[in-house]
Amino acid sequence: MSPEQAEQQTVEEITPQEAFTELDAGGVKLIDTREPYEYEESHIDGSELIPPGVIADRIAVAVPDKSQRIILQCRSGVRSYDAGQVLQELGYEDVASMAGGILEWEAQGLPVESNVNLTPAQRDRYSRHILLPEVGVEGQIKMLEAKVLLLGAGGLGAPTALYLAAAGIGTIGIVDDDVVDASNLQRQVIHNTSRVGTPKSSSARQTIEELNPDVNVIEYNFRLDADNILEVIEDYDIIVDGADNFPTRYLLNDASVRLRKPVVSASILSFDGQISTFVPYEGPCYRCLYPTPPPPELAPSCSANGVLGAMAGQMGLLQANEVLKLVLGIGEPLVGRLLLYEALGTRFTELKVRRDPKCPICGPDAPEVPESEMGQFPDYEAFCGGHTGS
Amino acid sequence: MPSVKIPPVLRKHTGDQMSVEIAGSNVGEVLNALVSQYPDTGGQLFSGEGELNRFVNVYLNDEDVRVLDGLETAVTDTDTVMILPAMAGGSTN
Ligand SMILES: [Zn+2]
Repeated sequence: MSPEQAEQQTVEEITPQEAFTELDAGGVKLIDTREPYEYEESHIDGSELIPPGVIADRIAVAVPDKSQRIILQCRSGVRSYDAGQVLQELGYEDVASMAGGILEWEAQGLPVESNVNLTPAQRDRYSRHILLPEVGVEGQIKMLEAKVLLLGAGGLGAPTALYLAAAGIGTIGIVDDDVVDASNLQRQVIHNTSRVGTPKSSSARQTIEELNPDVNVIEYNFRLDADNILEVIEDYDIIVDGADNFPTRYLLNDASVRLRKPVVSASILSFDGQISTFVPYEGPCYRCLYPTPPPPELAPSCSANGVLGAMAGQMGLLQANEVLKLVLGIGEPLVGRLLLYEALGTRFTELKVRRDPKCPICGPDAPEVPESEMGQFPDYEAFCGGHTGS
Repeated sequence: MPSVKIPPVLRKHTGDQMSVEIAGSNVGEVLNALVSQYPDTGGQLFSGEGELNRFVNVYLNDEDVRVLDGLETAVTDTDTVMILPAMAGGSTN
């Protein structure tokens, strides 16, 4: 067959809606004939990427059966049409090209896999991030795809949540079973006077949604316990621990080491704050630092204590800063370092924290946890009680 | 004299002082002298057997004394001994 004849072959063209119906029914092979960078930006679920330059070489492996129904799709329908001619020339009998390509598919509101390209509105909203070479469009996309769980929408969680939401962290989970109290408003800036009495998780959600519609907020209006913690945290990339009680703090540590989830953990009291980032097996865990919690009578969180609101905000923003660095994979997170902040003197002190070879959770002799015991934890409720909401 | 940084939970036992100067040539001596001067700090720091409680970390400058020589770790006049009990998250509701 001469090249002229090949070019004159017609290829069946179908609309995106027809393609969708066929794909839904199954038995169809969808091939995306674009370049890898385009595919990464967005693609149709289930499609296989074969760039136009290599389709003649790779099709035999991708689709060994020449009678198999194939839908080809590219950006606007030109390259897929050309690819259709190539496939027909190679003997494929049942080939269609999707007219209008993924542009038309998306214009008709059909679903694409992780629309990772930024919209013009997002390019504008996040322009001050994008201008940073360490972030850029790629980094901003990472943030929009990130899932961060906050334990507590309180003194620490409130400022952390606000800045993570503003930064465009795409999914923010909030665990808090408390309601907004007037005494919270001195520092928990995500709530406001009119929301006194409403659940903190939904108050936080309202503020976040008004601030940034890109953020999907998931509320957990209950307390974490040994029965639910793995289920809640497993969907998240990073956990921010603002828990104001030791049972939750230890439970979270043990569960997050099991699931290898990084935890950013700050605590505050009066004018003093401390913060560290625990990345399982890369640095120490919370139990390497404190193998056992203090007895109830010596635990500072068991009674109400004062705290300077702005100091809580500073520690909350250090948490947000740690989260963003982890998401972006830049800088030096506080792994193996405990940062102390003393607000009266405005002094920072950094201490070294090492992995404890005898750590009962992350040490080399720590018992392997069999799958059947993954969700089983000791009873941390035995001491002190308290709330999740700092 | 070495200075000892007092954490918030213990300040009520040190007359609200955040930092006190305490004489001693090693960490154990400094901490024992602190307890004799401010007896109510003893319960947080030491177990009944005189060991450092495991929920309290003691640092000499930026290093945990447990990776140095523990309570035997030598202290000079310019050193800072920091007492660091476990703190839980937020500030209560
Ligand atoms: Zn550990």
